[in-house]
Amino acid sequence: MNKTFDSKKFISQNFIWLVLLMLVIIMSIAQPNFFSVNNMLTLLSGEAVKGIMAFGVMFAILSKGIDLTIGSSAGLVACITAALVQPADYANAVLPGVGPLPAPLVFLIGLALGAAIGAVYGAIIAYTKIPPFIATLGGQLICRAAAKIFTNRPVSNLSDSFRYPGSAKIAGFPVIVIVFIIMFTIAAFLLTQTRFGKNVYAIGGNDQAARVAGINVEKNLILVYTWCSICAAVGGMLLAGRAGSADPANSGLNYELDAIAAATVGGTSHTGGICRVSGVLAGILILGVINNGLVMLKVDDNMTNIVKGLIIVGSVVLDMRKNAKRA
Amino acid sequence: MSQEYILEMSDITKEFPGVRALKGVQLRVRPGSVHTLMGENGAGKSTLMKCLIGIHAPTSGKIVFEGREVHFRNTLEALNAGISMIHQELSPVPERCVSENLWLGRLPRHGLMVDHKKMRADSVALFQKLGLDVDPDAKMGDLSVAKMQMVEIAKAVSYDSKIVIMDEPTSALTETEVEHLFRIIAELKEKNVAVIYISHKMDEIFRISDDITVYRDGEFIMTDRAENLDVDRLIALMVGREVTDMFPKIQCPIGDTVLKVEHLSSGRAVKDVSFELHRGEILGFAGLVGAGRTETVETLFGMRPKTGGKIYKDGKEIHISSPEQAISHKIGLLTEDRRGNGIVGLLSVRDNTVLAHLKHYGFPLKHHRMREDTEEYIKKLNTKTPTVDTPVKNLSGGNQQKVLVGRWLLTNPDILIVDEPTRGIDVGAKSEIHSLITRLAGEGKAIILISSEMPEVMGMSDRIVVMHEGVMTAVVDREDFSSELILKYATSEEPYHAASH
Repeated sequence: MNKTFDSKKFISQNFIWLVLLMLVIIMSIAQPNFFSVNNMLTLLSGEAVKGIMAFGVMFAILSKGIDLTIGSSAGLVACITAALVQPADYANAVLPGVGPLPAPLVFLIGLALGAAIGAVYGAIIAYTKIPPFIATLGGQLICRAAAKIFTNRPVSNLSDSFRYPGSAKIAGFPVIVIVFIIMFTIAAFLLTQTRFGKNVYAIGGNDQAARVAGINVEKNLILVYTWCSICAAVGGMLLAGRAGSADPANSGLNYELDAIAAATVGGTSHTGGICRVSGVLAGILILGVINNGLVMLKVDDNMTNIVKGLIIVGSVVLDMRKNAKRA
Repeated sequence: MSQEYILEMSDITKEFPGVRALKGVQLRVRPGSVHTLMGENGAGKSTLMKCLIGIHAPTSGKIVFEGREVHFRNTLEALNAGISMIHQELSPVPERCVSENLWLGRLPRHGLMVDHKKMRADSVALFQKLGLDVDPDAKMGDLSVAKMQMVEIAKAVSYDSKIVIMDEPTSALTETEVEHLFRIIAELKEKNVAVIYISHKMDEIFRISDDITVYRDGEFIMTDRAENLDVDRLIALMVGREVTDMFPKIQCPIGDTVLKVEHLSSGRAVKDVSFELHRGEILGFAGLVGAGRTETVETLFGMRPKTGGKIYKDGKEIHISSPEQAISHKIGLLTEDRRGNGIVGLLSVRDNTVLAHLKHYGFPLKHHRMREDTEEYIKKLNTKTPTVDTPVKNLSGGNQQKVLVGRWLLTNPDILIVDEPTRGIDVGAKSEIHSLITRLAGEGKAIILISSEMPEVMGMSDRIVVMHEGVMTAVVDREDFSSELILKYATSEEPYHAASH
């Protein structure tokens, strides 16, 4: 009896990885080229930016919030940092005579800018107690508009060193995938190895109890949205580097939805308090396999979105049933 | 009604994954009787009731209601058949009015539109029939817990229930409200409605019960007429052993003043409260519901804004505006609302235990030390949990409470405030918590104990602060303790003056 119980538990705990495995097998059968090293790296490179943003937004969802700003803030950070690395003599430079600044400095500026944006709306959420959905919806509009005010045309001709993380390869291995792995490691570390992670779990599970236990709920919420926004900034800079330009109207557009979808498919509960980094990683890969695989199979874009939609909704239905059973 | 029993549940077994919650138990209820279910938490009373009303499906067993075998698939079926349950935690729609809550799901209609006039008239008629003083137009959320409960009972009556199940209905009621509830129960009996009553309060049980059934660890122990039983025998049956001393008060030497509170105020809830607390002392707080006791300690603990007054610890003035600061001054608060602001249900026993102590596990967190500390307090407090990783919501109320006690002990506070520490937990766990509190005082900690149970607060405390509507009305020394005196102060409008004492 014990043995059957364990296998059930194994399936339920690793369900999402089994789904991923199944998808990979199906795709490999349908399209033998799918499961090649090259295609896997293409897939990962393609999902890296959304994935990194998912590692951010999962903290917001875990805390019983949401962050809709990240796509726009990624776009804003992309434009501003890109403007700092255009050649000094470039006729179309957004900030003539400023660039190109050294890439490491620009990366720091980008991260700081991201952190500042997140801290501002994090503070608004924490202290005014307005719903995060509303606060970050406002943030989304403001950041996108700010990017368009900053420059009304795409920012291009960026320095190679700035483009390195987004576009270079080390011995055939994309640097963007390395950044993705680093961000995954940091997110996992924050969530499981630090007080901050434990605090966010407690706040999402029962914010009143967290407060009584001496947790500074406001401070931790600000940190949550700061982290979200830092992830968005990393994503934005990678995006600009990968594309070779930053577009105020389109860079990062709707990326928040893909990031939220990945975190959700990965089992992060929108009622707060439940999240596993490994699950979110699987969620990112599942959506990536669908994106990449269906493109390879030349499936129509609209069809792909229907499949994605069904998977997102289906995964939440399954999760809710699983969680209800545990109660 | 010719048959002897209106309800017969026999050989009910309920298995959850890994647990057998009920092991072939039975229950027979006579029509028009008050039948009390007793047992420690985890004994299976609530599970049995959930099997009855269709929240759980029993694994095996037979339920015969009014002579027919029934299997309710949900509470609505049970309700329509004539069985309703008033839950421990009420679930009204707070933003809507009383009459809408009352007729929710079966609003009278006039064509396609809701017939508001009829709805209101029906509510008024129903309340009159039951002698309830509730305004049908009031917003549900504005009612007191007692009134909400009355509405729930009215709702049960309106469904023509033959059986009304009440799960700890008095835990949040004042004495007068309890009296009112008992009058309603008497009226229900007259209408031949059977009441299945779940409670831990002995005096109540003997006042209203006709029959008593005892369960222990998911097993049926016995059913008998109430007049054939007494408190000691019941406790022995429930626990399976003799509980000799409910309040193991040990007088321990009272030390220096550790906390001094002067003129503490918080808006209209707490008005000018002053007291001193000493090492080794248990200071009781007595009063009726709404007396402002919880609000006083919440102000002290930084959970609600302090609008006046000073707090001194060890002779030095301290400023507390958040629980975080209170904890750093070595104060702990076990709140009365275990689910609301105590446990984080989804998190494990371990994460709940270390929650207030997280600052002490370093960076990165030392998980093995968190586990060791948790295991230590599980052992010390005799907490029953499968593993330290079990989500705390899967534990019984008494064990959840022990996890919370462990959380505060882990922070090693000088002052531990416990607010209704034994509310809704079973006799065994209750007595363990009592001896623990006494032991802590013996170790030189200062304890503030809020309790609405007179025997508890009188049995445990060295002194009792009595409050009435946010005002402190007396400080009574142990040698003067009597329920009459404390009740007198609890209803007194006269503020306490230290000088005149």
